Amino acid sequence: MSLQFVVDGLLTGSMIGLGAIGVTLTYSILRFSNFAHGDFMAWGTYATLAVVSAIGAMVGKVAPIGPLSFGWPLIVALIVGMAFTALLALLLDKVLFARLRSQGQAIIVVMASFGASMALRSLLEFTFTSRPTYFSRAIQIAMPVGFGIRITPDQIALLLLTAVLVLGVHLLMTRTQTGRSMQALSQNAALARIVGIDVASVVRVTWVIGGALACVAGVMIGILVQIRPFMGFDMLLPMFAAAILGGIGSIPGAVLGGLIIGLAEAGAVQLIGAEWRAAVSFIILMAVLFVRPIGLFGVRER
Amino acid sequence: MDLLGYGAFFLTTALIFSLVTLGLNLQWGLTGLFNVGLAGFVAIGAYTSALLTTPDDAARLGGFGLPILVGWLGAMVVGGIAAALTGMATLRLRSDYLAITTFGVAVVVQLVALNAQKLTGGPFGIGFIPRPFGSLAETPLLFNLSNLAVVSVVTLIAYLALEHLSRSPWGRVLKALREDERAAISLGKSARFYRVQAFAVGGAIMALAGALQAHFTGFIAPDNYLPILTFQVWVMLIVGGSGSNLGAVIGSILVWAIWAGSGTLTSILFPPEQQARAAALQIAAIGVMLCVILLIRPNGLFGDRPRRSRFSKRAKIAAGESSSGS
Repeated sequence: MSLQFVVDGLLTGSMIGLGAIGVTLTYSILRFSNFAHGDFMAWGTYATLAVVSAIGAMVGKVAPIGPLSFGWPLIVALIVGMAFTALLALLLDKVLFARLRSQGQAIIVVMASFGASMALRSLLEFTFTSRPTYFSRAIQIAMPVGFGIRITPDQIALLLLTAVLVLGVHLLMTRTQTGRSMQALSQNAALARIVGIDVASVVRVTWVIGGALACVAGVMIGILVQIRPFMGFDMLLPMFAAAILGGIGSIPGAVLGGLIIGLAEAGAVQLIGAEWRAAVSFIILMAVLFVRPIGLFGVRER
Repeated sequence: MDLLGYGAFFLTTALIFSLVTLGLNLQWGLTGLFNVGLAGFVAIGAYTSALLTTPDDAARLGGFGLPILVGWLGAMVVGGIAAALTGMATLRLRSDYLAITTFGVAVVVQLVALNAQKLTGGPFGIGFIPRPFGSLAETPLLFNLSNLAVVSVVTLIAYLALEHLSRSPWGRVLKALREDERAAISLGKSARFYRVQAFAVGGAIMALAGALQAHFTGFIAPDNYLPILTFQVWVMLIVGGSGSNLGAVIGSILVWAIWAGSGTLTSILFPPEQQARAAALQIAAIGVMLCVILLIRPNGLFGDRPRRSRFSKRAKIAAGESSSGS
């Protein structure tokens, strides 16, 4: 078996991992599994695509940066898209989740997220139709890097971007007051309130981080695979599996879980065939739930 | 006459949906178990019954040509076992884990239906499923009415059985667990055992509904069991009011009427090339409707009395139980 699956797996794993950070944060801080998270990805990607097209319409064709398939417009658009997705998440929280949370029925929020997910996805399908689109139709030549592995410049750039983002979020969570407040709230909500942590602002930060990273993950899928209204929904099971495998609330866990699932999927594609890919996350999820339900880096809930 | 035939056809479909909703009501309304993969259990029932009753087919496994009733029983057994396994894996953990796992079950069932050609016929599905009163197919009205009669009888039996169950000691334990788990456990009731039972029975009813549908249309394919089905049934239960079996049935008929009606409307109003987009808008509208009902009238039309705020503590209690239990 060729070692190419390592690169493919790391890339898929990065997408899953970036998405899983948002899932694990909402789960540990807001205490519900957000089925609309995948659709944040898709909305962010389409927003980015819209901004790229708008820039293209205004300034004309822009030469790509070095060997990459995209130029500065995509980078600008990605930042706009991240802000847009964060706002979308905040808005959805304000009109829907926050109200239901205040009624104190955790599982109703999950159901509402399921309904919101359906509505968001169908709106995308309505606006952009279900036909797949692409950021760029250019074909990149993959460079051999030894051991029979080939990698494109885009892939290297995106792997680096993932590493930077994950490191950034990790530092934010461990080295800043905001991050420590988030951890406190996830470990013991009542105690966190008693020591005067501003819950509303922590909730906002959670949505902003989750939404922005979902957008990046979506754009990665858009650059490397394709853009479809269902792109995020199809990532939902791998993201949940990664968050649970890594341990709910753990950022490094979510990323590691994502990488493990990405590598397992890529390996399964080579060994069994691409059509069974989606079953890999389910098998890993079941194994974790049976063997170690708190995950790799999880802590028991108090 | 045409209208009568369509009415019978419409009601048959709506009642099959009612049966799924009744199963979900046992799981969610009565026991508080969240199933977002019910399309998977419906599919399991449909495929099991189809495999058991279709004539022999060289292209795939089986086609055992058994009587239809055996197919329905088989569907219930397999659906119940699948639900019991799902429950056993997750019900000792937080309630969200069940949601995620059932979601995964639906994904995997969809994958198997699409890819295990030898078992399920792959994307082309299974045809030639025997239909009850298939000999009447030349006179569509009679055929539709007799199907409606069969489905009505099955739904009525399920309804009466569930009404009886929810008033029985067994049902009271489930309600007690839903309302105040700690009190119920202190009375010596094993929370997990009862929940797995309720989940399995609910799964069996859903599988039966899938089997009924398969024998009603005579043809099944993976596309029948997409997440949209799960979503429709949830809206039906929430509109009708979770906890009430009558609400489940009426909610199903009502939502199916809205769904079919708006579908007809879009097909009249929109040109053919815009149909797919209009359908997407229809789904979005129903999704918004679900969220609005949850916000404004969380108990639906016929819902149980409001749940007490103690319910919110359940997550913590469940966590406490799992840490002391393992």
